[in-house]
Amino acid sequence: MKNEKSEPIIEIKNLTTKLGGDTIHENLNMTVYKGEVVAIVGGSGSGKTTLLRQMLNLIKPSSGSIKIFGIDITKAKYEELLAIQQRWGVLFQQSALFSSLTVLENTAFPLIEHTTLDKKTLKKLSLLKILLAGLPEESANKYPSELSGGMVKRAGVARAIAMDPELLFLDEPTSGLDPVNAASFDELILDLTSTMGLTVVMVTHDLDSLWHVADRVAFLGEGKVLAIAPMVELMKNPHPLIQEFFNGPRGKVAQKGYEDDGH
Amino acid sequence: MPNTIRLDPSEKKLICEGEWTLAHTKELKSKINQVNLPSGHIKIDGSRINQMDSAGVWLLLSFIKLHPEHKFELLNFNEKAVQLIKLIEKQKVEDKKIRKPKKLSTIANIGKSAYEQAKEFVEFLAFTGFLFIEFLRNLRKPQKFRWNELASILYSAGYQALPIVGLLSFLIGVVIAYQMGIQLRTFGANIFIVNLLGLSILREFGPLITAIMVAGRTGSSFTAQLGIMKINQEIDALNTLGVTPAELLLLPRIVALTIALPMLTIWADAFGVLGGMVMAQNMFNITFADFLQRFQQEIPIRNLIIGLGKTPIFALIISSVGCFEGMRVFGSAESIGRNTTRSVVLGIFFIIVADALFSILFSYLKL
Repeated sequence: MKNEKSEPIIEIKNLTTKLGGDTIHENLNMTVYKGEVVAIVGGSGSGKTTLLRQMLNLIKPSSGSIKIFGIDITKAKYEELLAIQQRWGVLFQQSALFSSLTVLENTAFPLIEHTTLDKKTLKKLSLLKILLAGLPEESANKYPSELSGGMVKRAGVARAIAMDPELLFLDEPTSGLDPVNAASFDELILDLTSTMGLTVVMVTHDLDSLWHVADRVAFLGEGKVLAIAPMVELMKNPHPLIQEFFNGPRGKVAQKGYEDDGH
Repeated sequence: MPNTIRLDPSEKKLICEGEWTLAHTKELKSKINQVNLPSGHIKIDGSRINQMDSAGVWLLLSFIKLHPEHKFELLNFNEKAVQLIKLIEKQKVEDKKIRKPKKLSTIANIGKSAYEQAKEFVEFLAFTGFLFIEFLRNLRKPQKFRWNELASILYSAGYQALPIVGLLSFLIGVVIAYQMGIQLRTFGANIFIVNLLGLSILREFGPLITAIMVAGRTGSSFTAQLGIMKINQEIDALNTLGVTPAELLLLPRIVALTIALPMLTIWADAFGVLGGMVMAQNMFNITFADFLQRFQQEIPIRNLIIGLGKTPIFALIISSVGCFEGMRVFGSAESIGRNTTRSVVLGIFFIIVADALFSILFSYLKL
């Protein structure tokens, strides 16, 4: 784990969410510090995706506050929000690339919208991000429909890091990838986090990612963050939901794989 | 501290200062281009950089690459910047490999689009043939026909179109009666308004206007629905589930429209004549009773039948073009838009072509 006492990037306080009569979150609290990778896990319907969408200001919570970079985004003005949006990058589950634009145009999109760089610089910088995301140069002129699933994810990452964000949101980054690709995607996230100094919030089900990538794991259940701790500690948490989640046969295998790696 | 890069000539040292980030790339780029390098070994000092991101690193590295005759030495960059420099040094950002799509000459473009049009037409013929075979296959198992699908298409393409089709036909009737009335009045042949209205609306305007409206309303919706399903892989899912898209999606649409369009046309005929009737009463004081009595005497039922006889063909054109364009959607959201436009344009185009062919045929047959 990085510096536990460093500055908080995301602070969620007393968040309550009611959607169509159902209470999704009740007095949820969570803090993400600079430079760490926090994974959000929980069973189906525990409100992981809703929480992520609230952090992205795509859904408004019923009550409570979500501070990102010190500004409560639930009450932020348009300009404040715009400033925050330029400091974060988002990778959606299906990547959400613009289907009518090439990978290069997708990556250049935020740069074109928010900077005044000349065309050549734009192109070079976008290309750099595409390479950093682990895509070959030849893919730059392809359309999303011409790419494989793993490449679409990487193109999504290229767009997410286009603006050199400080904060990166990943929604199920390894879902739908084969094990080799998933592992190399985990590596990519680790690489980018350490070199670009990113703070990462990811929603994932991938137990291997939880062990290898996440500094801390927030377990969502009963409308709250039941625990937020490094995996090793989280495994010792006696809460039945947590035990059920991690101590299934798959959980054991992932843990073993992690320990065999010499941790 | 300003964001800049400056030369310390005594020590042959470039000093970078301030924020080397994306937000300041533009000003840094112009500064870096103004630097006049002395010859030989040059040091680059990064101790006064507050913040550096990949854009800043890239700027510095591309500057170094631009001057291969010099030897550079990077000094005093903080640990994070060094890591980032290492990472970015590894990437070979060259756009040589990205081939731009070749631009064709005007003549080549004409040829290409002609070829594509012809190819699309052949594909369309193949598609109608495929539909016909699917139709025959389904005829053998009529109990499996999708009545629910059929009913829901009848409802949305037929029933829900009644108000708009009725209103527009009424207005067309008013307009035609007015224009013809002006001409007839000069000849004192007022009463012939009934003949002219009856013939033109029953034979031409009713079927044509209805078909054009349905092409815009329903043909486009067929294309958009099927296009989205294609992109969501719902079509693929159907194929793997042992249900052909033709039997579940295409045939019910085509059959439903072939039923709905003649019925809508009768409705449109009625409202068109009503519109003309209202106008005739206003212009010439021809009462409704007189109008209807004369209408019955002067307009042979043949005209209604000829008008209605064209509509199943129109319906087949609209629905098969709509479905064809929907199934041709590929890849992007843009493709849905393009094909929806094509579906309406081609639908209306073929309706008018077919109508012209019918006119030639009828004149040949002296109907």
